[in-house]
Amino acid sequence: MDSHAEHHVVPKSVYFAVFFTLIALTWVTAWISTKDLGSSSLNVAVALSIAVFKASLVVMFFMHVKYGTKLTKMIVCIGIVWLLMLLFIAMMDIWTRTWMGVPGR
Amino acid sequence: MITATPPPKETKNYLNAEHGLKSWLLTQDHKRIALLYLIAVSAFFVVGGIMAVLIRLELATPAGDLMDSNTYNKVFTMHGVIMIFFFLIPSIPAILGNFLLPLMIGAKDLAFPRINLISWYVYMLGGCFGVFVLLSGGVDTGWTFYTPFSTTYSNGYVVMTAMAAFINGFSSILTGLNFIVTVHRMRAPGLTWFRLPLFVWAHYATSVIMILGTPVIAVTLFLLMLERGLHIGFFDPAYGGDPVLFQHLFWFYSHPAVYIMILPSMGVISEVISTFSSKKPFGYTFIAFSSVAIAVFGFLVWGHHLFVSSQSAYAGMVFSILSYIVAIPSAIKVFNWAATMYKGSVRLEAPMLYALGFIGLFTVGGLTGLFLSAMGLDVHLTDTYFVVAHFHYVMVGGAIMGYQAGIHFWWPKMFGRMYPRAWATVAAALTFVGFNLTFFPQFILGYMGMPRRYHVYPPEFQVFNVLSSAGASVLGLGYLIPAIYLLWSIKNGEIAGPNPWGATGLEWQTASPPPTENFEVTPVVTTEAYDYTALKLTQEVAHVG
Repeated sequence: MDSHAEHHVVPKSVYFAVFFTLIALTWVTAWISTKDLGSSSLNVAVALSIAVFKASLVVMFFMHVKYGTKLTKMIVCIGIVWLLMLLFIAMMDIWTRTWMGVPGR
Repeated sequence: MITATPPPKETKNYLNAEHGLKSWLLTQDHKRIALLYLIAVSAFFVVGGIMAVLIRLELATPAGDLMDSNTYNKVFTMHGVIMIFFFLIPSIPAILGNFLLPLMIGAKDLAFPRINLISWYVYMLGGCFGVFVLLSGGVDTGWTFYTPFSTTYSNGYVVMTAMAAFINGFSSILTGLNFIVTVHRMRAPGLTWFRLPLFVWAHYATSVIMILGTPVIAVTLFLLMLERGLHIGFFDPAYGGDPVLFQHLFWFYSHPAVYIMILPSMGVISEVISTFSSKKPFGYTFIAFSSVAIAVFGFLVWGHHLFVSSQSAYAGMVFSILSYIVAIPSAIKVFNWAATMYKGSVRLEAPMLYALGFIGLFTVGGLTGLFLSAMGLDVHLTDTYFVVAHFHYVMVGGAIMGYQAGIHFWWPKMFGRMYPRAWATVAAALTFVGFNLTFFPQFILGYMGMPRRYHVYPPEFQVFNVLSSAGASVLGLGYLIPAIYLLWSIKNGEIAGPNPWGATGLEWQTASPPPTENFEVTPVVTTEAYDYTALKLTQEVAHVG
């Protein structure tokens, strides 16, 4: 067992820094939603990118994964892979729905 | 003939360590929490069973003479919701898993005893929501909550029922988390991964599904509540949603949920077959890894529930192929159980009879699943009684037979008393016959085109429906008799002794019922799992001594 991983004490300043970053990014998300970036897809992509970055901060610092063991990191990765699997396979349906014509159209 | 045995001088065990209601409601002992689950889950089984009785009574005649269509919709919905979320999913993991996992790995308790107790309270809270829905008028969406009916048209308590399942999901997640950490961190010295009992492997795989899948159903039901309550568009195209997205998200969890029900049963069957054949399971490693393979592949097949929706035919082809692949690890288990019995010293005790019943019924359930994985055939069979028969063969014929096998196998360990074996044999036979009489005619009905979820049907279908209702009475008796003799045995059964079946495994090396701390001394494991030679030698030495 990695004793360093078990006993790591995170300074309060790190928590405050992460907290204020999250608040700032929430503000950025709200602000950018009022701007037209050229296409709605781009707006969604930017909003999702910010959300993913915020989620990563929570997982790494608030959930201590950054200081966790390799096993913890591996389990987090499996969770992410599972989420991607759900998204990718469900999207596989949406991407190919129009490939086959609808009778009568 | 079994005669009542006077109670011996009681040794300290988990049942008599503390007394009073408070000692049970605040217990952190995994064995006591398992019994709390046993009581609660059994109560829900009775309620779900009453709903089944109402369904079969209504379907005994072609006309809707017992209830109107709205009531019938609510009855089959509550039957499904209660049986799946409050009985089948928690039954084996929360009762037998909770009780046995620490014992099997030589630990004193689960890794997080408080979380274990919290999981029971969370389950009860979800149950309260379910009971509230039941008493206040019910819900009519079917257990699948399909949109747009659930979000737009249903007048029932959809949000309340979704909330019940949502809360209950957290109980599953906590149990799964506890099992995974316990298996990783609390194994006895010498108990390597490949010395673990197959029951533990099965529960480990189940826990992975619980943790990775349950959050998705929780989110899905939450989205449903948001769309129904606040008209935020996720599933309704009028609000910008996707009409099939709900089904994708729902089945991403709910298909693997079938494996949450069946994998623990498979773990039980591996233990029972090995014990009553006095033989190490054939292909131990294959059985262990097939559990993990089922857990992984089970997540890739959900689209076969969507073949007749607007899902892309190309996606359908991929899901069809993947659904065939998931049959392989299941088949590995069935062949290995059969090979384990080959040339074994087979004893037809009650748990073994249930296990043999499991193999037959699960095989029928699994093979008819392949029919439904074939896209062309599925168009004909979707939403017919063929599907109803198929999933009951898997969930009742598979999961409940496994649960009964497990309860009969470990009952002497749980309570230190034996039940009347002759009655248990009768009950196992009645269950098998009653089950087949109930559900086999439904395959024929479905093939003939009788749709599910209707309370009236053409007269030509009546003969098969009457057979099915008659079978349900026999099946009900098959469930009632064990309830009576098991309760009777708690006070009056023969004293069982620590290892009444001659089984290997650490749980059989401690007293029956076990002490609160499970083992007086932490066991050290020096042999492979299922080492009957070592067990026989120990017994011979004890006999000579």
